[in-house]
Amino acid sequence: MTLTPSIKRDYLIKLAEKGKRADGREFNEYRNIELETNIISKAEGSARVKIGNTQVVVGIKMDVGEPYPDALESGVMSTAAELIPLASPDFEAGPPREDAIELARVVDRGIRESQVIELEKLCVEPGEKVCIVFIDIHVIDYDGNLFDAASLAALAALMTATVPAKRLELGEDFPLPLKSPPVSCTSVKFNNVVVMDASLDEEEIAEARLTVATDENGDLRAMQKGLNGSFDVQEIKKVIKSSIDNGKKIREILYKNVGK
Amino acid sequence: MKSDVKLLDSHGKRIDGRKTDELRDIKIEVGVLHRAEGSCYLEWGGNKVIAAVYGPREAVPRHTQNPLKAIINARYNMAAFSVEDRKKPGPDRRSREISKVISEALEKVVLTERFPRASIDVNVEILDAEAGTRCAGLTAAAVALADAGIPMRDIPVACAAGKVEGKVVLDLGKEEDNFGDADLPIAISPRTNEILLLQMDGHLTLDEFDQALELAMKGCHIVSDIQKKAIMKKYENTKEA
Repeated sequence: MTLTPSIKRDYLIKLAEKGKRADGREFNEYRNIELETNIISKAEGSARVKIGNTQVVVGIKMDVGEPYPDALESGVMSTAAELIPLASPDFEAGPPREDAIELARVVDRGIRESQVIELEKLCVEPGEKVCIVFIDIHVIDYDGNLFDAASLAALAALMTATVPAKRLELGEDFPLPLKSPPVSCTSVKFNNVVVMDASLDEEEIAEARLTVATDENGDLRAMQKGLNGSFDVQEIKKVIKSSIDNGKKIREILYKNVGK
Repeated sequence: MKSDVKLLDSHGKRIDGRKTDELRDIKIEVGVLHRAEGSCYLEWGGNKVIAAVYGPREAVPRHTQNPLKAIINARYNMAAFSVEDRKKPGPDRRSREISKVISEALEKVVLTERFPRASIDVNVEILDAEAGTRCAGLTAAAVALADAGIPMRDIPVACAAGKVEGKVVLDLGKEEDNFGDADLPIAISPRTNEILLLQMDGHLTLDEFDQALELAMKGCHIVSDIQKKAIMKKYENTKEA
């Protein structure tokens, strides 16, 4: 992490006291979101998401392998994130560290726990051979709020993915079987204000973070709190409400771009 | 490797419809990333590459510092989803070697003596791979360095030539790379025609090598023009300001 000079911290806090943010957004307003799919021809499915200046590419690859011993008739999914040094002066080369692992696991959980991928349809021979879905998250440009960018890109990549059955010698290619996915929205809190879709500067002074994933009906599907600060009940309720509102908008962007 | 694929038809047309001295389509965009000092997005046929430059900044760990000049630290990395069978993330022997030859090629043109003890970090990410990624990567890295305002003697550029079905051709495509007879990627400093990188595998006679080198040089100069146009384009709109 870079040191945010105290001058910048004071500036952001003073602005927030007047109800403003450095880039002129409302507290619960997202930056501009751009979404593109099918950008990698070698991948089974792919997407590029830009939230403001943050940019993430996700690619889906598939292979056949053995199932887990506790789910012999289910396909397997695996999520990995790379915070490559291309994306920020603070990222270093080498095996994934804490931040990258947390990012991958939060995205993974959002998809796994709401059973977005119908893994039982990816079984070839029970107990012997199943399809493995690899979700690889590549952060290209880091300007805050990787969680939302990465999970949105992962969903878009999955929704446009084709199972390469021919290449894996399993018959005809078919679209990856999916259920309707939950959409994640992340807020951070600093000096008793809560803002959504934090910019890099806001993220650097954040005391607490909350990611809320909501489904089509506006029901909650996953939550994750991070950092060492705290929220009170009122704040949590407010965050959930804004997450549902923004989740709706993001879902529209997602569906429009994957043609659903 | 032998195969039944016909790489060259009787009219001298290649499997993807190109003539023997024709490059694949190349598209270069400058300044695509927000955080990097300089950056470049490049599409070369089916290759998609992003390069980003950070620095000059203090070289770490310290024992890598050179008290007289900057070190160039290029890192070539392939995305897991960039190839047919998923690549395990992280550097392998192949990408380490490519990183090294790219670093060395760039070091020749950068005025490293201006920045003692510093490192100039060049990250080359291959998002989609289809033959010739090291040339595409080096070409993108050079543009990103220029975009970062790193002082250089020249903007280096890379291109490959090779041999398929006994004929020397420019810029091997995917099938030609897999089933062709030879591959000769080079990088040059286009102002002086100095060769900064040269690798070869396969089988070439001396005569064929001369032809291939000349063809690759010609290719480099065409790509060099595309590089320069892309860089100019970024500053076109700022002329009046």
